[in-house]
Amino acid sequence: MGQDAQNSELPLADDDRRGEERRQQKSRRTADLVPLGLLPEHVAEGAVVVTGICGRLGRRVARALHRDRGVIGLDRRPFHDKPKDIEHWQIDLRRKKARDVFRNRKVAALVHLGVMHDPRDSGEDHHTWNLLGFQKLLEYAKQYDVPKVVLLSSANVYGPRPDNPQFLTEDAPLLAASAFSDMRDLVELDMLAQSFFWKHPNTETVILRPAHILGTVRNAPSNYLRLSVVPTLMGFDPMMQAVHQDDVVSAIVSALAPGVRGIFNIAGPPPVALSQAITLLGRGHLPVPHSIAKMMLDRLWKMRLSSFPSPELDFIRFVCMVDDSRAREVLGYTHHHNIAEALRAVDEERWV
Amino acid sequence: MDPETALLKISEVAVRDLAPLARRFLSRTRRIADDLAQRTLGPNFEERAAVVRAHYERIGGDPFGLDADFTKYTSMFLSVFHRLYFRTAVHNIDNIPEGRALLIANHSGQLPIDGMMIAMAMLMDADPPRVARAMVEKWVQTLPFVSTLFNRTGQVVGVPENCERLLEREELILAFPEGTRGISKPFTRRYQLEEFGFGFMRLAIQTRSPIVPVAVVGAEEQFINVGNLDWLAKALGVPVFPVVPQFLLPGGMMPLPTKYHLYFGEPMRFEGDPDDDDAVIEDKVWIVRQTIQSMVNRGLKERKSLFF
Repeated sequence: MGQDAQNSELPLADDDRRGEERRQQKSRRTADLVPLGLLPEHVAEGAVVVTGICGRLGRRVARALHRDRGVIGLDRRPFHDKPKDIEHWQIDLRRKKARDVFRNRKVAALVHLGVMHDPRDSGEDHHTWNLLGFQKLLEYAKQYDVPKVVLLSSANVYGPRPDNPQFLTEDAPLLAASAFSDMRDLVELDMLAQSFFWKHPNTETVILRPAHILGTVRNAPSNYLRLSVVPTLMGFDPMMQAVHQDDVVSAIVSALAPGVRGIFNIAGPPPVALSQAITLLGRGHLPVPHSIAKMMLDRLWKMRLSSFPSPELDFIRFVCMVDDSRAREVLGYTHHHNIAEALRAVDEERWV
Repeated sequence: MDPETALLKISEVAVRDLAPLARRFLSRTRRIADDLAQRTLGPNFEERAAVVRAHYERIGGDPFGLDADFTKYTSMFLSVFHRLYFRTAVHNIDNIPEGRALLIANHSGQLPIDGMMIAMAMLMDADPPRVARAMVEKWVQTLPFVSTLFNRTGQVVGVPENCERLLEREELILAFPEGTRGISKPFTRRYQLEEFGFGFMRLAIQTRSPIVPVAVVGAEEQFINVGNLDWLAKALGVPVFPVVPQFLLPGGMMPLPTKYHLYFGEPMRFEGDPDDDDAVIEDKVWIVRQTIQSMVNRGLKERKSLFF
């Protein structure tokens, strides 16, 4: 038990955790007695709460942060190969218990990665998780004066459209849900963070809208490029932006710097045409006419044989790219992986 | 093997008599093709293509999807139209300044062949060769193959953001401020310029880009349009539906081989506030429009025949 008290981040059963919390509170009280200057710096400035930490991107963010900052994970999934100095709370965001994280710990920043987007089980659970869950988090952030909130949104909220300018800036309207209604949660989530940004100027709110994140993550673009033969739409070859997952992690880390606020598009290396990307990856591609592809995908989707709903076809049909000059200027963001590395990352093992 | 079988006999005949014939035929067609290429492409086509490619390699590629090699092959095909079919006569192409510029032209001819010919003149006749980036209709992006073809040859969706970005990159923009109103004019209103949009003027002032007026003479007569069916256009979701009787004739899909004349005017520079009132911008647009109209009128006067 002595060891447990030292490493308070071990995943605990509920009973254990209550005891653990009491101990923590005690140690916090004793910590209060210690002159502030003697505390390690990262404890003094508070911890970073990362929701969705058990996801593939979440773990990378945790690993990038935990040596310099205190990190608290907040996820309903268990955190298996967790570094020792990360504290993990295995709870559902929507439950009241999530408030305890903010009540009992000094929270310096909230990084919200726990956004759910799975068109397959789109429904109430999806909606309440994304919106009610995030709304509650924002409420806690307001109540406990969290100085920084970072939301990982996505460039997809702009939506692929035939009349899109080649590069969308941060003030472009979020029109993704007009053609693909399952995107509305994500658009609303982004809007929620935007209204929080205006309503609570004391909190530095940062919204990151990265282009297609490629890597070991399980998102639609990475899954698409993992197909052994990549289907494309006959006669369509839009330009594409892709960003390596580690570049997104570094953008999240730099968004935590004090003074940074606002919306930032994150794009990786210069864009390439979709066909070029597939060639770079060394895959074969199979051009299918749009009408047939749509019909087949609808069938396959109904039969649960495909993980791509047919409105997602627009992403390989029209352009949806962002201008990230603001992030490069204000955030100091630069991409460290070129397009070939970003593309190849989809085939990598989980931990490299 | 028994040489008496019919199949072997046929193969023997094929090897001995037909193969040399085919070879002769092939070499002759190749010679004709080479000749044709020489006539259409000009002697220094390869160098021109290399200049364009080197330019885009130097500035680190084109984020709009321009493919220099693809553009080269497309222009090899289009040069047949440029040099043989329409026999485009290019006047005063030296007026085009270095760096960013807006080519503003009158639009005509039912299909945007005038745009292609201006772009071809920039590639084949201008010195140094440049790629004209045309602003095209949004609905083109929804057409398979056409959208890819346009993107790879450097054409972009006609939204102001794209135009501004390209001008910042010192590109040459080709725009038709008349839009679909101009291209689908019925034959009775040929060579009368329609109203101009104002967007190009605001962009020119904002990015401090010179405007080069371009007059196209000869495109109006390529397809004879007797009227537009607005209700059908609306039903089909296309911008216009012109009624062109010659489409019904065999081979009528091809435009008439009229002679094209392209006149490039002196660059015009405008100053002021890009967010000025419409009335102020209108005056400046009017100057450009009148310049192009008078260039068109002069071109029509100088033209001796429709086809020569």
